Amino acid sequence: MFAYVARRLGATIVVMAVVAFVVFLLLYLTPGDPAAILAGDAATSQDIANIREALGLNAPFHVRFGEWVWRLLHGDLGISIFTKLPVTQLIGQRVGPTLSLTLCTLFISVLVAVPLGVLAAARAGRWIDRAVMGFSVAGFSVPVFVLAYMLIYVFSIELEWLPVQGYQPMSAGLWEWASHLILPSIALGTVYIALIARMTRAAMLDVLAQDYVRTAQAKGLAPRAVLLGHALKNAAVPIATVIGIGVALLIGGAIVTETVFALPGIGRLTVDAILRRDYPVIQGVVLMFSAAYVLINLAVDLSYMFFDPRIRY
Amino acid sequence: MAAVAIDTPKPASPTWRNFREALRRHPTAIAGCVVLLLMILAAVLAPWLATVDPQAVAPVKRLKPPGEEWWFGTDMMGRDVYSRVVYGTRVSLTIGISVALLTTVFGMAIGLVTGFIRWLDAIVMRVMDGLMSIPPVLLAIALMALTRASMQNVIIAITLAETPRVVRLVRSLVLMLRDEPYVQAAVAAGSTMPRILWRHILPNIAAPLLVQATFVCASAMITEAILSFIGAGTPPNIPSWGNIMAEGRSMFGLANYLIFFPGICLSLAVLAVNLMGDGLRDALDPRLARRM
Repeated sequence: MFAYVARRLGATIVVMAVVAFVVFLLLYLTPGDPAAILAGDAATSQDIANIREALGLNAPFHVRFGEWVWRLLHGDLGISIFTKLPVTQLIGQRVGPTLSLTLCTLFISVLVAVPLGVLAAARAGRWIDRAVMGFSVAGFSVPVFVLAYMLIYVFSIELEWLPVQGYQPMSAGLWEWASHLILPSIALGTVYIALIARMTRAAMLDVLAQDYVRTAQAKGLAPRAVLLGHALKNAAVPIATVIGIGVALLIGGAIVTETVFALPGIGRLTVDAILRRDYPVIQGVVLMFSAAYVLINLAVDLSYMFFDPRIRY
Repeated sequence: MAAVAIDTPKPASPTWRNFREALRRHPTAIAGCVVLLLMILAAVLAPWLATVDPQAVAPVKRLKPPGEEWWFGTDMMGRDVYSRVVYGTRVSLTIGISVALLTTVFGMAIGLVTGFIRWLDAIVMRVMDGLMSIPPVLLAIALMALTRASMQNVIIAITLAETPRVVRLVRSLVLMLRDEPYVQAAVAAGSTMPRILWRHILPNIAAPLLVQATFVCASAMITEAILSFIGAGTPPNIPSWGNIMAEGRSMFGLANYLIFFPGICLSLAVLAVNLMGDGLRDALDPRLARRM
């Protein structure tokens, strides 16, 4: 068991190192001189040279990479060109809405998708199976922002049930907080639900064809007990895997969702940074999101031990 | 005893017959093909489809709702949205198809090499794992931030973001095929590496690769729209669906058709490609079809 955990941790560190290198490369290849950008318009060439020296921009590639990693390990992601604030501080200010949105979406999606997938597998070939699969294909095809605007049009503008845009922290009241997250979570979650439901169905169909399921049915166990106790438990590993991998979709989609619903989160920060070409912020966000993605998938990998005791090599 | 029909006529090519039969069983795949063909036609024939210059600005006619004269209405600069949407088909399809082709070529090249050269495998796959840990939309955004907006750069950025997944697929197929008896036999018989790749490996990875390419195409069209929508995609002077929607963002309460017409076209195009991909997968790989 410890060997398995150690191996997964080792692999995660290697992957994070590659991610860090790619992100550093992006920063390194940035067009324009960061010193000149930081110095501003009124700077003399001597000022720029001083800043270059102070930032260590004259050092060779490997030295700069080493220093960058060293600062990174101390939680320093650099300074935003536009706001002159530390990138970690900017991300920290925006983390609330993004965390609320993604966690809400994750929660709703898993709660909807897994039962849908189980139901579709249990009634394979019937109308409910076809409906779930049809929804799944449609969910893959409608881009998140198109869906978001459709939801805003129906539920906010026509029916006036929910707010059009904006964000309220949980301290403003639970309903205030939730009402601003319902539509964004549905918009963002649809593609995720499609993905998980599809994988759940496929994994369940695989397991339902196994001998031990037939044995369980033959010995007279209730269909529900077979479906949940025998089949779903054994189908858990691929389902957990796709939930982890699908977080990449959530992160990409969150950027767009926050833009449409004017949520002041990290996605919004990313879009502002792109429009202003604020490279340190872009790198910081890419690094942070990737780290979150890698850690979530590490957690998923470790959860295999719980679902399947055989995985302890 | 079950009656066995002994004298059924043998079809000329069982593969082709299976293919046609699978298509027949999947009318949705055919619908996808038809929609896609219509869109390709629209893209090619854009100048002749009762369109005006998609860039022609006419401040007098701005924000006219959809109607007789302007089928899809006009935007805040008085440009005809119908014409812009029709021309936008070109952008979306070009980017989707280019990215699908390029990722397939690169993914196949890298995947084949790493699948066969063991010492390279470890290194390349760690790099691919790293690249795959950056969510593709985010990687494409970061790459677009480095360069100026152009269609070519959008294609390059999305290709780089999508290629690792194709590499991974090709590599896993190669690893599986490498141990097949007929490949081992070819190696033992002294076939050259290019010949083994060409005769034994390629034909066996072509089908899953083709299916994967359709899904890459669909995902690339969505990514392009996302990039353009947040202002990091095709330059504003190109009427792409994402750009039209980006311009409609601030006007949504006033002119929601600026979002809905390109949005519906984009969804339809992606749906068509996805349906085609599902149909192809069922037709080409019956084993997988039963599962998914």
